[in-house]
Amino acid sequence: MKKTANNTQIITGNYAVALAAKLSRVQVVAAYPITPQSPATETLSQFVEKGELDAEYVRVESEHSALAVCIAASTVGARTFTATSANGLAYMCEQLHWAAGARLPIVLACANRAMGAPWNVLNDQQDSISQRDTGWIQIYARNSQEILDSIIQAYRIAEKLYVPAMVCYDGYILSHTVMPVEVPRQEQVDRFLPPYKPHTVLDPSTPQNLNLVTLANPRRDARGVMCHGYMELRYLLQEALENSLETVVEVDREFGDVFGRSYGGTHWGYRLEDATLILMAMGSVATEATVAVDQLRQRGHRAGLLALRVYRPFPKQDVISATKRAELIVVFDKNISYGYEGATCSDLKAALYGNSIQVPVHNYIVGLGGRDVKARELADAAERSLRWAEEGRPQKEVEWLNCHI
Amino acid sequence: MHTIDCGHISSVSSPSIGEAGRTGDWRDSTPVIDPQKCIPMKRNKPSCFLCWLYCPEAAINRGIPVEIDLEYCKGCGICAEECPAGAITLVEESNLTIR
Repeated sequence: MKKTANNTQIITGNYAVALAAKLSRVQVVAAYPITPQSPATETLSQFVEKGELDAEYVRVESEHSALAVCIAASTVGARTFTATSANGLAYMCEQLHWAAGARLPIVLACANRAMGAPWNVLNDQQDSISQRDTGWIQIYARNSQEILDSIIQAYRIAEKLYVPAMVCYDGYILSHTVMPVEVPRQEQVDRFLPPYKPHTVLDPSTPQNLNLVTLANPRRDARGVMCHGYMELRYLLQEALENSLETVVEVDREFGDVFGRSYGGTHWGYRLEDATLILMAMGSVATEATVAVDQLRQRGHRAGLLALRVYRPFPKQDVISATKRAELIVVFDKNISYGYEGATCSDLKAALYGNSIQVPVHNYIVGLGGRDVKARELADAAERSLRWAEEGRPQKEVEWLNCHI
Repeated sequence: MHTIDCGHISSVSSPSIGEAGRTGDWRDSTPVIDPQKCIPMKRNKPSCFLCWLYCPEAAINRGIPVEIDLEYCKGCGICAEECPAGAITLVEESNLTIR
């Protein structure tokens, strides 16, 4: 590993994940290996074995157990970390809901990979998108620097609101490619990220029932205190997720003050100021789309990019403000909500409904199972949509880019 | 009555009597103990208490007389099943004369 004077290291996305967890002083790590996440947790286990990270590394027999260990450790006040991909994330599903419902600020790194069947180890975002409604914050990183920084930010956000957070990064495209990453100093991170304080400490001297059977209606407990029913607890989780938009922006701004880097909070734009043709994407496709924007500009179109950084909570107001001047929006989704369309496209359209913005929205499904996505192809697709809109034709059907059927 | 909000963001309670709710509401038949057959009651000395041990709701006391807290007994019948002396009978709520 090459090291330069200002502590820039040339590392993979997975290594950035491990460094971020170490810098965040995680106390318990539990993970099960799955491609392409494995090198991230292997590196963490090395840090622990070498004594560079004072943490308990719990080896488990499955992803379900990995998250169960994190849930238990977080409940007794430890800062916990896990990482996974695809079917491993799906195997955690039940525990994902549990972590959110128990309001445990666990941070999970998801190296995005296509779901089986059939087996495919390459990248798309179907895995994390299908866990959208588990009550986790989802952040999508565009490069290894953002992966590292977002994990540190995720602990601040999660521990302020007591909501778990998932940092998603595209498998192979980001997990296995090396790029320069500025690694912050431990003292800086310590100043930014104070120790974790749990909302409820499980302590044998004051025994408690945690996450007990909680039926529909509020109920008075044995001491006469009115306790929330199930629906009230769900409302509080929703409220926390909605409030987390503000926290995401705040934490990103503060991170910028300390480390000199910030990421636009909930979203980022590229040549968006005067754009009337707006491309929308998330993760590494968004980076690819910046090149497509340049190409479209060269071809004489006023193109710009709106990239989602945070998918849940969905930054509705930001999306509305960013698309006010749009005459056409082209959404690239690395996922498919079977029987409908790409997930971010549906959410964008829902955000625009009821506002003054009446703009055609075209959706392209791209890069499933690692199918290559070239900037030129994104630009061509946007141009195709532009012609479609200019001809005044009805709403365009969802198009699967480069699908040979 | 003054209501105090629990202030919890997740479901939390202290282990104490009644925390699981008034499970006695669930009951459709009630265990009735025959003191002539119940071993500790018959001998008037602490012994057996298998009903106390097996009751999943901790609704049976470990004393003489053996008593069942009907606020929380949900009528599962485990005590009757486990009683080695056959001293406990489940009586349907509608046929019950003694409460």
